[in-house]
Amino acid sequence: MGEVIAVRALVKKYGALTAVDSISLSVPEGCCFGLLGPNGAGKTTTIEMLEGILKPTSGHISLFGQPASKALYRRVGIQFQHTALPDYLTVTETLRLFASLYEQPTPISELVALCSLGEFIRQDVRKLSGGQRQRMLLALALINDPDLVFLDEPTTGLDPQARHNFWDLIGTIKAQGKTIVLTTHYMDEAQTLCDDIAILDQGKIVARGAPGDLLAEHFAGVLVQIPIANLAGHTVDMPFVACHDRIEIRTEQVDNTLQKLMAQGIPLAGMQIKSANLDDLFLKLTGHALRG
Amino acid sequence: MLAVFRARNSEFFRDRSTLTWNILFPFLLLLGFYYIFSQAQPMYKVGVLSVQDGYISRPVFMAVKHIQFIPYDDLDTGLAPLARHQIDLVIDIDRAKYWVNEESRKGYMAEQLLAVKDPNFQRRVIRGDAIRYVDWVLPGIIGMNIMFSALFGVGYAIVRYRKNGVLKRLNATPLTALEFIFGQLLSRILMVVIVGLVLFLGARLLLSTLMLGRLGWLVLTMLIGALALVSLGLLVAARLRSEEFTGGLLNMTTWPMLGLSEVWFSLEGAPHLVQQISQLMPLTHLVQAMRAIMLEGAGFMAISDHLAILALMAVVFLALGAATFSWDADGR
Repeated sequence: MGEVIAVRALVKKYGALTAVDSISLSVPEGCCFGLLGPNGAGKTTTIEMLEGILKPTSGHISLFGQPASKALYRRVGIQFQHTALPDYLTVTETLRLFASLYEQPTPISELVALCSLGEFIRQDVRKLSGGQRQRMLLALALINDPDLVFLDEPTTGLDPQARHNFWDLIGTIKAQGKTIVLTTHYMDEAQTLCDDIAILDQGKIVARGAPGDLLAEHFAGVLVQIPIANLAGHTVDMPFVACHDRIEIRTEQVDNTLQKLMAQGIPLAGMQIKSANLDDLFLKLTGHALRG
Repeated sequence: MLAVFRARNSEFFRDRSTLTWNILFPFLLLLGFYYIFSQAQPMYKVGVLSVQDGYISRPVFMAVKHIQFIPYDDLDTGLAPLARHQIDLVIDIDRAKYWVNEESRKGYMAEQLLAVKDPNFQRRVIRGDAIRYVDWVLPGIIGMNIMFSALFGVGYAIVRYRKNGVLKRLNATPLTALEFIFGQLLSRILMVVIVGLVLFLGARLLLSTLMLGRLGWLVLTMLIGALALVSLGLLVAARLRSEEFTGGLLNMTTWPMLGLSEVWFSLEGAPHLVQQISQLMPLTHLVQAMRAIMLEGAGFMAISDHLAILALMAVVFLALGAATFSWDADGR
């Protein structure tokens, strides 16, 4: 598989502020690549440089094995994080408008079927619900049948059902062999959709790899959480971290840990056992919460 | 209630464009009108013909106070406003003749004064009804409508599109800036000309307003005038992101034109400097050309100067607007 995106030493500065600080990465063909990070980490700035919307201060961007150029951007589809559409147009008129800007657009009927736009095709775009709007914006991103699709926080603000519907849609697009670059601050989204992720903090990549590999690399075992109230009159004879109204014990041998706790007479009511997720990974790597 | 009162006051004082609009602008308007009308308005207006610069054999009549003497290069140019009651008398100093419109009451009074001061002047008579104010003001109102619609329709729309991300979305397509600009401008020109024609036809139907010229020249004038004004709108909005600031700037552009482009009142009698400034404004040329077509039956040659100036303005505004246009002008 060839590299669809290759970035070397990419920098973006706004005056004294360095929004993106010399990042390098590559995305192979057919991959769903996730760019994660808290608000202000530089995700949108990075993705907009990759999309050709923003000019980098320095660094090199290659698309489809060639230096990024206007012609290559015609093979790219973009769904922006914040975007408005011309007022007073219906969904079908908006699709027609954008289709007319490309030489060989995807047939509108195909997009309508793919993104399930049929129910509201004649509706004014201003009156769409959050989920409908995101599906329409995705249809616009696919209107030129792109090989590479950028999705900048596509499910932010959607209810859980709409998010899951959108994930199914992204899965369909991925199955068509398109390369996807996705920014999100929903970790479950990244874990579900992405083959490969980069975690960005303060403009730098702090972790890079497949979600499962990264978690395996940084976390061994599971986290046992016990309510602090259960500890009254007892001593915990193992390392733990106090956290709000509970203690957290990290262990690779759950059975042994639970037996020890029971042996010490500590009640296990309200106990939770969880595996580390990307939130925990981010917390560990950067010292602050992912959604900060 | 006190909390709402305080919050509303803070909102008012912190919104700089509203503050400027509410306080500074009325003062500027007041000062502008004070300057325009600083000269005492004359009781009579008399056109003067003479090949001698400086009126060497100046008639005694010209020493009478409260009469404004307006020089004309030739007789036809002088007689046209006389026929429409816009001036009260025309005198030819070199040939010692005068023309009076017998339908005009003020003309009669001015003639009596002339007869007392310079009885040797020979009388010539012309006739013509006064132009109704509604006939006179209609081209001004059409012009004003074209101006507001063109400037705000293009300027505001572009800035709103830039602010809410429509331009950014379009920039991610193969659409070029020039294609976008021309699409916007042509759409708005078509709309303002249609609305202008609806106004013209509606007024003609309802009030039987005057139309002495050809409709084709009127449409051509509207098209070129609208082009100049939408191009000005593009220039104002080429790089701005703030709707408030754009609103202020567009108001600063439109209101002086509204005051100085003879939309509501003639600038005859205004200081020379004001008249010169007026000639720098596209609306002046649009209104004057439409007025010449509708009230005087002017043909292409008679309005060609106005059209040429409007076309030149359009080219300059368009070139500057297109050169400075930015999809996302926030320094990124």
